[in-house]
Amino acid sequence: MIELIELRKKYNKLAVLKGISTKFNQSECIALIGPNGCGKTTLIKSILGMVLPDSGEITFNNKSIFNETDYRNYIGYMPQIGKYPENMSIGQIVEMMKELRGGHLSFDEDLYKVYKLDQILNKRMRTLSGGTTQKVSAALAFMFNPLVYILDEPTAGLDPISAEILKEKMLLEKSKGKLILITSHLLSDLEELVSEIVFMQDGELLIHQTVEELKNKTGEEKLSKAISTILKAQLK
Amino acid sequence: MNRIIKFVMLDILRNKIILFYTLLLAIMSFSMFSLEDNEAKGLLSLLNLILLNVPLVAIIFSTIYIYNSSEFIELLISQPIKRNKIWISLYLGLNTSLIISFIIGAGIPILLYSPNLIGIILIVMGCIISVIFTSLAFLCSIIARDKAKGIGMSILIWLFFSLLFDGLIMFLLFQLADYPMENWIAIIAALNPIDLSRIVILLQLDLSAMLGFTGAVFKQTFGTGWGIFFSSSLLFLWKIIPFMISLRKFNKKDH
Repeated sequence: MIELIELRKKYNKLAVLKGISTKFNQSECIALIGPNGCGKTTLIKSILGMVLPDSGEITFNNKSIFNETDYRNYIGYMPQIGKYPENMSIGQIVEMMKELRGGHLSFDEDLYKVYKLDQILNKRMRTLSGGTTQKVSAALAFMFNPLVYILDEPTAGLDPISAEILKEKMLLEKSKGKLILITSHLLSDLEELVSEIVFMQDGELLIHQTVEELKNKTGEEKLSKAISTILKAQLK
Repeated sequence: MNRIIKFVMLDILRNKIILFYTLLLAIMSFSMFSLEDNEAKGLLSLLNLILLNVPLVAIIFSTIYIYNSSEFIELLISQPIKRNKIWISLYLGLNTSLIISFIIGAGIPILLYSPNLIGIILIVMGCIISVIFTSLAFLCSIIARDKAKGIGMSILIWLFFSLLFDGLIMFLLFQLADYPMENWIAIIAALNPIDLSRIVILLQLDLSAMLGFTGAVFKQTFGTGWGIFFSSSLLFLWKIIPFMISLRKFNKKDH
């Protein structure tokens, strides 16, 4: 569904992506993991067209995404730190997004309702706590029934209950055959959700394997242990 | 495109600064016309005030507004909206708001006191100057990532064009008095949008005494008809070029 071919990006002289090639398919839930600054967010932002890679190719449904915007109709994006116009209220943001993404007859308002955002519609974005802003981001990412979810550290700022709600929502969407791309540090969080693991380090893609393969190979039961075993092996 | 322009304009209207600006223009215009005993004099004093204040407000307000919209821009960029469209809508939204407040604040009094061709040209020039300096604001805010730097740059641009430029030309001319420099000076003068619009209006008024130095050289070199044509086309370029450069940079920017 999404294919990356030899993706390279430099910020000034710092190479952030050093030739990433991989493929993400439908009905998968892919965890993008790696230490801070390894290029996860840059990779995600390249897929969204927010960062323009220096060379390489990204295709969405076999069509190049460069100079295209329509494919973003099929993506729901939840940023790591949601930045919203400070003077707008939650209600105005939601209305604006609905207008901008036009052409939808029905909206998926599950999260919006479970998080009780409809009760604080008049609150301005600058008065919201970090967690509430994350809830707004999540609600917006799931609102337009996209085919692909790109979630950058989705559970980072959320309280355990809200995070659990979000995970259940992700499971539900995965069962509908959608592609979910998550970056996270907390592997234990993703245990029951993830079907493939992509591990990045210093702008390079070290591992891209299914969870089954990983567990069989290492003989470990827990995902986090399996990955650390693999990494140790690689470092030697 | 309309939706983004709508959001931008609503946001600017909610911002009280633009209302103060309208009020300031209205007070300025009414007082200039009541202070001077004839309408041509009033128009001239108002011209000078407009050429000083309108560019200042247009460039500073736009620069700050663009920096403050960075979240809005970032939000839109991950959505199925073309980058061109985001930047152009922001440009049109800002320009429309500034032009509307200029027309309400200064346009209405001008039409009340001086309902003739010169009055209308003054209004048009005010609008053009607003657009040009908004266009420069877009350039400043895309060149400098840092807000303080960008605002500093836009203040310098305003200072340069409204105060320093004439002095520099005068200095050049005195230094090079022994050489036949008039034509060159006329061309250099054309590089200042504020001078250009002053020249267009004064050529219309046919008040050589008020032309200022660059204006006089301009008139001598090009004559009235060509002068107006030439300066109007240059003003047009001033509106387009800085914005086009900023648009190209915006399309290549990482967020």
